[in-house]
Amino acid sequence: MIRASFAALSLAALAFTTPVSPAEFSAAVVFDMGGKFDKSFNEAAYHGAERFKKETGISYREFEVTQEAQRDQGLRNMARRGANMIIAIGFAQATPLEKVAKEYKHARFTIIDAVVDLPNVQSVVFKEHEGSFLVGMAAAMASKTGKVGFIGGMDIPLIRKFALGYVEGAKYVNPAAEVFQNMTGTTPAAWNDPTKGGELARSQFDRGADVIYAAAGGTGIGVLQAAKDNKKLAIGVDSNQNHLQPGFVLTSMIKRVDVAVYEAFKSAKDNKWKGGVKVLGLKEDGVGYSMDEHNKALITADMKAKLDAARADIIAGKIKVTDYMAKK
Amino acid sequence: MDTLLVLVSIIDATLRVATPLVLAALGGLYAERSGVVDIGLEGKMLGAAFAAAAVAAVSGSALLGLVAGVAVSVALALVHAYASVTHNGNQVVSGMAINIMVAGLAPTLGVAWFRQGGQTPQLAGDARFTPIDLPFARALESVPVVGQLYSEIISGHNLIVYIAAAAVPFSAWLVFRTRFGLRLRAVGENPHAVDTAGVSVADMRYRAMVLCGVLCGIAGAYLSTAHSAAFVRDMTAGKGYLALAALIFGKWKPWPTLTACLLFAFTDAVQVRLQGVPLPLVGVIPVQFIQAIPYILTVLLLAGFVGKAAAPRASGIPFVKDR
Repeated sequence: MIRASFAALSLAALAFTTPVSPAEFSAAVVFDMGGKFDKSFNEAAYHGAERFKKETGISYREFEVTQEAQRDQGLRNMARRGANMIIAIGFAQATPLEKVAKEYKHARFTIIDAVVDLPNVQSVVFKEHEGSFLVGMAAAMASKTGKVGFIGGMDIPLIRKFALGYVEGAKYVNPAAEVFQNMTGTTPAAWNDPTKGGELARSQFDRGADVIYAAAGGTGIGVLQAAKDNKKLAIGVDSNQNHLQPGFVLTSMIKRVDVAVYEAFKSAKDNKWKGGVKVLGLKEDGVGYSMDEHNKALITADMKAKLDAARADIIAGKIKVTDYMAKK
Repeated sequence: MDTLLVLVSIIDATLRVATPLVLAALGGLYAERSGVVDIGLEGKMLGAAFAAAAVAAVSGSALLGLVAGVAVSVALALVHAYASVTHNGNQVVSGMAINIMVAGLAPTLGVAWFRQGGQTPQLAGDARFTPIDLPFARALESVPVVGQLYSEIISGHNLIVYIAAAAVPFSAWLVFRTRFGLRLRAVGENPHAVDTAGVSVADMRYRAMVLCGVLCGIAGAYLSTAHSAAFVRDMTAGKGYLALAALIFGKWKPWPTLTACLLFAFTDAVQVRLQGVPLPLVGVIPVQFIQAIPYILTVLLLAGFVGKAAAPRASGIPFVKDR
């Protein structure tokens, strides 16, 4: 009896000491400005990485960029300390990544939201315009005034892409719909300014909008708060933000950054990781709108049916959503 | 009718944005009138914003948060006073040190206490200052123009907005109509004369810094527990410096300073509403240009219309008794 349990124990000990994966796998994430807990874009990446950690028991290193100049340092430090699967979150890391990836050829890099054309870089981009089209439809259907709003973070083509899809979606439902658009700023600080976000949201509510879509990272928290304060509706972005202000968030345009991060880690661990460009749209379930217990009452069955029909039509190519970044 | 609504919403936004500026600028007014240059307004506001949000999140009471914010801000003001009055240190360096220290310390403590990446939890219900409806606001709503102005613009703000509104006449009275105010101004103009008259210069400057701390503390609490609902890293976003600019703009006098703050806030409110709206003749103006308007206006006004802005003469100079 004792001997048997001793044997089991030593077996267990053996299982613990044997590395689960080859020792050379070492993962890292570099978050962008806005921070790991922005409840939105970066947080989605964090959840993906955490899922990987939980499932495999392999921990990862992380770096939060708080200043523009730190992006280069963050990526470089990770590569220098031997991380060979590094995920860069955010379009702004494209330029520093290009430099660092050339210097550390042994390391594998995955970048979210930008394309870097190097053999050791995998670029993951999303068809945000498709997801935004759907939430634009939802906004126009939920709106009583026929006026809806959009609040972007930093004024960059990527955010214009969200905006254009949203406008097209709203006009698809209600051709007479009026869409107000605001950008929070022109510097990366615009991703993390909830006070300004709230102020912008109020200005749009004052002009008659009753649903506002915030594609602005941490700034969006202020938009959601303003929606609650004014008893109007907001639409979240990137992560499922329905739970932040239950009853006042119509839905969220989810972008599966978490899946992208998880898959990058997982494929790298299994040695199946490949460079190149991955484009995730509605078809790949890379984008979509969120439904949960918090917005059940806000999205009627009729609305849901229309959204699902439009989703199928976009996938089938019957509805064409303009991609702002491909336009020019 | 529609124009009236737009106007009302712009004025409403102006008041909301101006509140922290007014409070911080008045804080700066006391400090500079006493001869202590304070570029640490920013840091004091940020520290207070963090303390207020943290205490409000834990205790669930916005008032306790306000008290904590004021306490932290006063403590920081006393640090500044200790360095620059007691030890005759360089006031700009000391103020800047406070700004940098708080900018780093607040998110660090936030990470340690709340584990949300330096933010504090979202506040709800009693943990925030919520709009107050003044008496008869609902009843007068239907009265054209006057009733609407009362119910839409004057009523429906939170407590701190009203505190800020009261702080301006109070400061004007305190600085220009009381013995304390006379001494305060004298200390900033000619500390040696005050010293000869038997009044302690250091004592006056300490008192001024405490007042400055209280006002900055209220401004900071407003940012995190009234205007928005959580502390976020660097949430003051240069408002302390803008308040200083308003103070210079207002020639170190309460009423003109209020006007300057309202002007800054007004341009901000207007630029928000101009974005993406086609204007007659010019069409849609690029976002970048719209967002530069408040700053362009500031430079133009400072260059052309203010005239000579003369600071209190002893401002920034440590008081050293001749031996």
